[in-house]
Amino acid sequence: MSGDSPFIIVLLAIVGGALRVSTPFMFVALGECLTEKSGRVNLGLEGTLVLGAMCAYAISFHSGSPWLGVLAAGCAGSLLGAIHGYVCKLPRVNDIAIGIAMMLFGTGLAFFFGKAYIQPSAPRLESFSLGAWTGNQQIETALQINPLLLVGVVVAIAMSWAFANTKWGLIVRMTGDSAPAARAMGVSVDMVRFLSTTAGGFLAGVGGAFLSLFYPGSWNQGLSSGQGLMAVALVIFARWDPIRCAFAALLFGATGAIGPALQSVGITQGYYFFNAAPYILTLLVMIASAGSKQAARNVPGELSITK
Amino acid sequence: MNVLTMPSPPAGDAVRAYSLKTIGVSKIFGPLTALDDVSISVEAGEFHALLGENGAGKSTLVKCIMGFYSADRGKVLLNGAEAKIANPRDARANGIGMVYQHFTLVPSLTGAENLVISRADAPSIFDWKKEKAGLEAFLNRMPFRVPLDVPVSALAAGEKQKLEILKLLYLDQRLLILDEPTSVLTPGEADEMLGLLRGMTQRKEVSVIMITHKFREVTAFADSVSVLRRGRKVGGGKVSELSVEDMARMMIGDTPIRDRAIRADRAPGDVVLDLSALYADDDEGLPALDQFNLKVHAGEIVGIAGVSGNGQSELVEVLSGQRPLKDGRIVVKDEIFEPNRKSYAKLKIFGLPEEPLKNATVPRMTVAENMAFRTFDQPPSAWLGWWLSVGPMRTKARALIKQYRVKTSSPESAIADLSGGNVQRAVLARELSGEVDLLIVANPCFGLDFASVAEIRAQIMEQRNRGAAVLLVSEDLDEILDLADRVAVMSAGTINYVSPVGSTNRAEIGKHMAGH
Ligand SMILES: Nc1ncnc2c1ncn2[C@@H]1O[C@H](COP(=O)(O)OP(=O)(O)OP(=O)(O)O)[C@@H](O)[C@H]1O
Ligand SMILES: [Mg+2]
Repeated sequence: MSGDSPFIIVLLAIVGGALRVSTPFMFVALGECLTEKSGRVNLGLEGTLVLGAMCAYAISFHSGSPWLGVLAAGCAGSLLGAIHGYVCKLPRVNDIAIGIAMMLFGTGLAFFFGKAYIQPSAPRLESFSLGAWTGNQQIETALQINPLLLVGVVVAIAMSWAFANTKWGLIVRMTGDSAPAARAMGVSVDMVRFLSTTAGGFLAGVGGAFLSLFYPGSWNQGLSSGQGLMAVALVIFARWDPIRCAFAALLFGATGAIGPALQSVGITQGYYFFNAAPYILTLLVMIASAGSKQAARNVPGELSITK
Repeated sequence: MNVLTMPSPPAGDAVRAYSLKTIGVSKIFGPLTALDDVSISVEAGEFHALLGENGAGKSTLVKCIMGFYSADRGKVLLNGAEAKIANPRDARANGIGMVYQHFTLVPSLTGAENLVISRADAPSIFDWKKEKAGLEAFLNRMPFRVPLDVPVSALAAGEKQKLEILKLLYLDQRLLILDEPTSVLTPGEADEMLGLLRGMTQRKEVSVIMITHKFREVTAFADSVSVLRRGRKVGGGKVSELSVEDMARMMIGDTPIRDRAIRADRAPGDVVLDLSALYADDDEGLPALDQFNLKVHAGEIVGIAGVSGNGQSELVEVLSGQRPLKDGRIVVKDEIFEPNRKSYAKLKIFGLPEEPLKNATVPRMTVAENMAFRTFDQPPSAWLGWWLSVGPMRTKARALIKQYRVKTSSPESAIADLSGGNVQRAVLARELSGEVDLLIVANPCFGLDFASVAEIRAQIMEQRNRGAAVLLVSEDLDEILDLADRVAVMSAGTINYVSPVGSTNRAEIGKHMAGH
């Protein structure tokens, strides 16, 4: 195998990048997808992500078990989600404004409690490689898979299945699409949205655990560079479909790796341009899909951004 | 969740239907007494009609029965025993189901999903193969079918209405409440559906309470009737013992009905609206208007007849600027027409679209604000076009509310709280109060009581007599034959037949409606 061809190197680097950095996008996007399917927008997931990262790191450090850290991150995320869900239930409250407040609240809280954990080093999640059987070092490094990515894919498939095949899935979709219809059936719209936002927060928190426990793999204040916000956009991009959310996250990760990959084979021209590639791609897809009637049909009818 | 047991059906194995009585039900919304001590009685297996003017409180009464509103006083007896119904879920558990005035199916779910999820005992995880088989078996027992595999948003209005009713039957409800179930159906569909329900009541499978404005449906299908006026029950009895005049008199009391509009004799004037070769797409991107040509002259009403879904709504949307025109030319009074606020004001174009609550109002704004939409930026409501004064706006709204007899608790209540018919009136009041050169109306009498129908038709005729060009899109052929000078038949997005009303007949129009 000609492992040295620049094309292969770039390709491997891109695949590797997709597998490495897409996980937080995936979790936040899935969480937001669930929340939005129920008819509410939670823009605060960026804060949830950062708080999740901090909690995961702290608990992993104290308990020695990174998986306990992941669980703690999820719980912290649920808590923020639950606060968002509860406040939005009150009359005359706008979910977007609350989301922004919760974003600042979450990051602030994380920075406040996280000061003590910048120095110590906590046990991290182990990865394994899908490429071990090839015996090829490059492929092996490129195909490093973290267990959370697999969890994310499973969650995406499970969510997609649940939306079509379970009572809860249908109730969430119904609440998101037509609150009067849900009420006429005796469903408590506020309760469904509260639970969906809480569960969505859990997922976003787990996404944060990935940041501090796997890649980059430490806790500091510059850990998240807006992944939580981008993931919200990815949901629109993925037109509220969990499977598409997972793909969108992978695609986003892959385009993000284009710049570094090209650099590694000596192409430095347009480095900053390629670093912006994921955002440009998202913008282009959004513009392309904005006019499409199909996209408009997939929007949950109750979302305040589209109402 | 509280566990409610189904009340045992009355004696006699064959009778599955439930009987219902309301005793002294009252409901107060702020300053307005919407229901005042209303008692009605529906026997098991009876087809009961509920009549009343717009805003009489019919919808409010049935919503109280359903537990959608909680009545301030009074109680509901089901099969003779008092039923505690605190919310629609209790109603469902008690065997009472309702089709609301507005659809309550979830648009993005398929018919099958809508049916299955509405079941109280819906399983946590669906075995779709089994469910589909069950639904198929259920549909085979039903007198009509609806495609269950497509999202509800893709169904036509008539199909949605059928699905609403199928849903109630699927849930095995024994008392069906229908709030103006036929307003979105063609007369043929309506007769078919009501006939089926009538059959079910005669076999004592269900009891039916139906709100309607159409006397024809009452005399043809109902056994008994209750009449509400301004929140009070003012009469009722067996349909066989009442004449239409009796029922009409109970509905409106001594209020005089406006006389039928007189058509002034006048030669048509210049062309006001000239539509040539219009093309436009529907929501799915399929052609909705396909080479559409039509001229409307000053002082004439052109009625567009046709089976709904042949591009009528798209035509109205194009003319009101809600839908882009792909190709073609709209000329109003020799000027190319751009659908914007300025040209509407300058060319004096007014209109009443379908579903006015959605297309012509901002539901959460007040009645006064909604009534000012045409004039809020002109004196006296505005100074220099931007400083708005609320005083004149409110004064004007008060005058319009009085003149058009809009029933509202105050000009400051949200327009969404008005009864269906009164929203229509509020919009008409706004649109007809100025000087009108071109009037575009779509199904203007949808859901209105007979007195309002006479009133609004007279208004439209008056505009014509005054020299306005009127384009009337209507699914009600009687309305077109009554009002129009010329009738145009629309089929597959184009006009395939135009004739003066005097020289055509129903059969001829019907033939072209069918697309021949
Ligand atoms: N939620 C509400 N808040 C305030 N007022 C209301 C509300 N619902 C209804 N009303 C008022 O109660 C009165 C009765 O309304 P209702 O909808 O029962 O009339 P209706 O007989 O069904 O009329 P229509 O034939 O036009 O549908 C109306 O004057 C309406 O404005
Ligand atoms: Mg009503």
